Amino acid sequence: MSDLFAKLHQSFQLPVVRYALIVGLLIALCSSLLGVTLVMKRFSFIGDGLSHVAFGAMAVATVTGITNNMLIIMPVTIVSAVLLLRTGSNTKIKGDAAVAMISVGALALGYMLMNIAARKGIGRTSGNVTADVCSTLFGSTAILTLKPADVWICIAMSVIVVTVFLVFYNKIFAVTFDESFAKATGIRSDMYNLLIAVVIAVIIVIAMNFVGSLLISALIIFPALSAMRVFKSFRSVIICSVVISLLCAFFGIIISILAETPVGSTIVSADITVFFIFCIISAVLKRGR
Amino acid sequence: MGALLRCENVSLGYEGDVITKGLNFTVSSGDYLCIVGENGSGKSTLIKALLGLRAPLDGKVELCGEVGKNEIGYLPQQTMVQRDFPASVREIVLSGCMNRCGLRPFYNKEEKKLAHDMMRRLEIEPLTKRCYRELSGGQQQRVLLARALCAARKMILLDEPVTGLDPKATNEMYELIGSLNKKDGITVIMVSHDMNAAVRYATHILHIGRKQLFFGTKEDYMTSRIGQAFISVMGGEDSE
Repeated sequence: MSDLFAKLHQSFQLPVVRYALIVGLLIALCSSLLGVTLVMKRFSFIGDGLSHVAFGAMAVATVTGITNNMLIIMPVTIVSAVLLLRTGSNTKIKGDAAVAMISVGALALGYMLMNIAARKGIGRTSGNVTADVCSTLFGSTAILTLKPADVWICIAMSVIVVTVFLVFYNKIFAVTFDESFAKATGIRSDMYNLLIAVVIAVIIVIAMNFVGSLLISALIIFPALSAMRVFKSFRSVIICSVVISLLCAFFGIIISILAETPVGSTIVSADITVFFIFCIISAVLKRGR
Repeated sequence: MGALLRCENVSLGYEGDVITKGLNFTVSSGDYLCIVGENGSGKSTLIKALLGLRAPLDGKVELCGEVGKNEIGYLPQQTMVQRDFPASVREIVLSGCMNRCGLRPFYNKEEKKLAHDMMRRLEIEPLTKRCYRELSGGQQQRVLLARALCAARKMILLDEPVTGLDPKATNEMYELIGSLNKKDGITVIMVSHDMNAAVRYATHILHIGRKQLFFGTKEDYMTSRIGQAFISVMGGEDSE
């Protein structure tokens, strides 16, 4: 036991580990905020689609060798979010089919680009395509790649996301609960849908480096689903999912340091565990009533 | 008594299929308009067009002068999303005040008081902290009505307001809507299957089918041939 603490203590001497903890907790905070909205608006698929688009953009960024990936990934993902939202509300094209098309397309093209680039030695590819792709999809295997600049970007983005969420909290609730009522009574629900989509895109891009593009949706959806099992008001569900998300991220990171498991999937495993615990709690509560 | 809402030659439908056409009517301030018709005659679609949620295929729906978009309340038919939504009664009723806020991000004291008054009026005060999805159908309907009342400063549109209510609650609901119209001077537009209530409370009747079959005052409707035929089929006057 004392070995574990010694190892933990030793790890926290390293600035990278502290960065990882800060970034991880911020990502957990942001991603849990809009989970309920995503689930209730049936937008979960947009979150998933966007993360694939972000993967494609990441591949392009890697191949072109731009120093800051964000410059390409952020705008591409935001534009896709807006486009996906449009197709989602268009009744003539099946929304889910369009999302599937775009997301799988981005995945395939991204992988192909990275492969070709690696073979020809273009851009910043390391020559080991499998490792590159794997870390983009499932997050870094080691968290030692974070630079101070990444941390600052992450802090800035988190402040923006949290501020937007707090300022528009009541409007987000109104639009999530009943969009047609909101629209009928003169609230510009299209604008707020757009806002939600853009915020989701931002969250996905920030989180992508850390947990990987395939696992982001889990970080957004799981805390909300767990909290919805037990809590009864919108506010308490949000607060609970933030708490769940923070705890899971914290323990996920600690465990991944101690057991040397990949960060992203460790955090998601913690989220899954909590989800089942909450399922049991809700079953017990129902029986007790 | 100025006009609040005007429909000129409106056709409604889905992607080219016309459900109903030739709708011409005007709703004035203080009116209680009941929209009646067979199932599938486009009553709910008409409500959505009046609210601007759905564009008419043809013709013009316009709000005139006195009433702004943010002074309208709406009681929709429930959607599936809402049935399992984690939200407390208070949060939902308060969201009816949203259109008073403008750009202000949070509710002020008056709005919270208004929401509270509406909950008391609909006798759902004890449910304030309860979860919406755990309520009975009738209770849910009251919550949605309280929300609509918070939003309705000049006009309220109701789509089948008594669905899922027992006879006693149905009567109370109609009395409440009637008093809103008479005492508070709020203009009411209601879709209903219930001819009984329509002829009892409404001042005007709009009867639609494939086209507009009747628009006028209740008194004229009851002496018209279509009105008498429809009332006898739907079991109107006699059962009072």
